[in-house]
Amino acid sequence: MNEITITHILFVSTALFFIGMYGLFTRRNMITMLMAVELILNSVNINFVAFNKYQYPGKLDGVFFTIFLITIAAAEAAVAIAIIINLYRSHNSIDVEDASELKY
Amino acid sequence: MNASVIIFYLISAFILSTGIMAVTNRKIFRSAIALLFSLTGIAGLYFWMDVNFIAAVQIIVYVGGIVVLIIFSIFLTQRSGEEMPKPLMKRTVFSVFAVLAGLGLTCNLINQYGFNSSSDQSSAFKADVADIGTQMLSTTEHGFVLPFELVSILLLAALIGCIVIAMKVKQEEK
Repeated sequence: MNEITITHILFVSTALFFIGMYGLFTRRNMITMLMAVELILNSVNINFVAFNKYQYPGKLDGVFFTIFLITIAAAEAAVAIAIIINLYRSHNSIDVEDASELKY
Repeated sequence: MNASVIIFYLISAFILSTGIMAVTNRKIFRSAIALLFSLTGIAGLYFWMDVNFIAAVQIIVYVGGIVVLIIFSIFLTQRSGEEMPKPLMKRTVFSVFAVLAGLGLTCNLINQYGFNSSSDQSSAFKADVADIGTQMLSTTEHGFVLPFELVSILLLAALIGCIVIAMKVKQEEK
């Protein structure tokens, strides 16, 4: 209790991961689902930095993984929003239930 | 309980409460603003862990880039004042049970594992921007220049892909 160990930080990132999971399960709007995915990616970044700091303090590999993950998450968000806007243009809605042409 | 511990618990409570607001609020714009605060809190957690460069990148890319992009797309596609429809009761109950089960299992595993404090306690952790830059662009055994170049190609591909996806098709067949 008197000292923060890696376990505490892993608890926080686990809770954040499952909050994002809950959003992904319950939301049916594409933008809010994208926001839930961003929360999940951020929890993974916290894990990388925490393992780097507490388990391997002499190295920097976790920091590099975090940098590359942030870059990939930015590219992913940009492509996802382009798809969402294009879908809105053709369907007039961004609800995932309305975009079911590819389902069957 | 020293100041560092109290600050950690404050930051964690802030991140988790705004995260819960971001996934449960039924007004989409408020949900985006809660996501913004949650990402800022994560940047605060990086500052607390002494990785200043990652914290700065987090604020620039997430808070300054992705959240602004999300807010723009909300304004383009939604009537942001209206409430979204409630999720189905069955789906909410199922999600809460699934998430609580996963959370319990994972926390149990983490609690039981018992991490060693550190494998090499001799060197203190420091992530200077100079060290990060040198190792990022070095071509020796522990350099990261190949993933760096790959990520630059990925960014170019994402840029072109966004333009192609969002481009309007001309009506030629009239």
